[in-house]
Amino acid sequence: MSQAARAGAVVDRRVRKPWPETWVAAAFIAPAALVIVAVVLVPLARAAWMSLFDISLVRPGDEPFVGLGNYIEQLTSGDFWAATFRALWFTVISTALELILGLGLALLMDQPLRFRWLLRTLVILPWALPTIVNALMWRWIDNAEYGALNALLTQLGILHSYQVWLSNSDLAMWMVILADVWKMTPLVAILLLAALQSVSPELVEAAKVDGATTVQAFRHVLLPLIVPVVLIVLVLRTMEAFKVFDIVWIMTGGGPANATQTIAIYAYQTAYQGYDFGRGAALGYLIALVIMVLAAIYLRLLGRVGRD
Amino acid sequence: MADTTARAGGLRGGAGRLPGAGSAHHRPSLATRVRRLGRGTFLYGAMVIALAVILAPFAWLLISSVAAPVDLLARPLQWIPAHIELDRYVNLTVGSTLDDSAVSFRAALVNSSIIASSVTILSMIVGTLAAYAFARLHFPGRSWLILAFMATYMLPPIALILPLYQIMSALHLRDTPLALIIIYASFVTPFVIWIMRGYIETISSELDDAARVDGCSRLGVLVRVIVPVSAPGLVSTGLLAFLMAWDEFLYALIITQTNASKTLPVAINDFIGRHGVDFGLLATGGVIAALPPVIIAFVFQRYIVAGLTAGSVKG
Repeated sequence: MSQAARAGAVVDRRVRKPWPETWVAAAFIAPAALVIVAVVLVPLARAAWMSLFDISLVRPGDEPFVGLGNYIEQLTSGDFWAATFRALWFTVISTALELILGLGLALLMDQPLRFRWLLRTLVILPWALPTIVNALMWRWIDNAEYGALNALLTQLGILHSYQVWLSNSDLAMWMVILADVWKMTPLVAILLLAALQSVSPELVEAAKVDGATTVQAFRHVLLPLIVPVVLIVLVLRTMEAFKVFDIVWIMTGGGPANATQTIAIYAYQTAYQGYDFGRGAALGYLIALVIMVLAAIYLRLLGRVGRD
Repeated sequence: MADTTARAGGLRGGAGRLPGAGSAHHRPSLATRVRRLGRGTFLYGAMVIALAVILAPFAWLLISSVAAPVDLLARPLQWIPAHIELDRYVNLTVGSTLDDSAVSFRAALVNSSIIASSVTILSMIVGTLAAYAFARLHFPGRSWLILAFMATYMLPPIALILPLYQIMSALHLRDTPLALIIIYASFVTPFVIWIMRGYIETISSELDDAARVDGCSRLGVLVRVIVPVSAPGLVSTGLLAFLMAWDEFLYALIITQTNASKTLPVAINDFIGRHGVDFGLLATGGVIAALPPVIIAFVFQRYIVAGLTAGSVKG
């Protein structure tokens, strides 16, 4: 008998026969799975069922089965599409701005500048502010009578008279986007900076030695290497932005005149202000559908990046 | 593990990438020096602007929270208030005159602390167990199952709130902190699994094998070997879990009704409805609600950044 086999025999005698690995895994995963099944899968199934009925809390006891009626009604409703396009508008503009500004900020934080540590330390502040506090802060800054934005722009001579921001249906969405961009750009910058730092400095040096300008070195050396991270950030932010609720709810409540009523606000108002749970559930499913498509793209990207 | 901490360390330190400012042997030409000066001016200018944009809004919130009402409503606006008042801070936290807003705000502070801490502890235990299984054990359907967990993490709350509202009502759990703890655990746990699985995979499995040979069970390996070795990862993940729970609004808006369970975001939402024009009070409430996450973010910045990048950059 070899040395190793004898050692194994000793271990076998000391330890009870171990469980098959699948059982161990099941036991380890069971608590997490229990939470998910109870709080996600059961409600999800129930929501699917609810969405097939016309459930209105103002008519208790009268809940006729309508099949896919709620879905068809939403998909043919102007309000639904208007809210969807508002959410898309918010998503595209804020994500684009966050990516562009975030990349700029990341490149800036990557330069060998004095006091760079100050920027790298403070950049996390907007991200750390709770969403509700951020919304409240911008609501106050954008106040038409006493807000800091009007005061600043007037004192700088950019505006001649005070402007109405949040109660102006042409501007309200832009103000919400501004608040979101202020909060989320630092996160994008932090993620992109990590990506930039994983690129070996010698690569850029080598390109410069070969006569590349700074812009060329960025375009042809850095950018291709950080593209995977940019893609992931893009999909992550898109998913978050499309279901935006908190920041809009606190800043404008979806107004004025529904100008900032995104799809999540619309669903919330349908369910809880219209007491219409059947339609609300159908709307929830439609939103989840869009998010799941984005999530599938995200997971594929992650899988691809993980394999590299 | 080394990977994660190195990233975080790199964010603070990190050697510069650009060539040094001129070599010692020959003076750079005038054109080069002018170009460098222009470049430096641009970069430092950009940095000053970035710092101003990052700091100004929050600075204004801080100033508003201590400015006397007269100064807040002054036109033209006074950037530096003539009168400083700390009454609102005292009123909302330790003061003895308990008006409605003080009572509800303090209750919310307690509720948010209890809920966020409980969610963090629960999700870290349950999530780390599962993460270990996903990182180390072989079983059928492993990759499929972790994708399923991640998919539930990404579901929008708006799709789940209606049935959750009814289920919690039926179980008489509505308006209790417990309801929010359970609900938050459902989206924090998959996040913990995702980050911790990645983290555990960076730990050499020879450590596991050695402990197994010494007679450790799988659970023993996790508790005695993996947990101590992955302490930095656990801190990163735990802090982010806490911040996620502290920040949540939509579920809380639906599930809570009274001071028994209202969290800070809901309390602030109520403030806006009740004291829509008392900007000073709103600012004070906002600053207090922001303090725990802001302090955590600055004190544990390396861990937070490591966790954020691990969550989306690494697989």
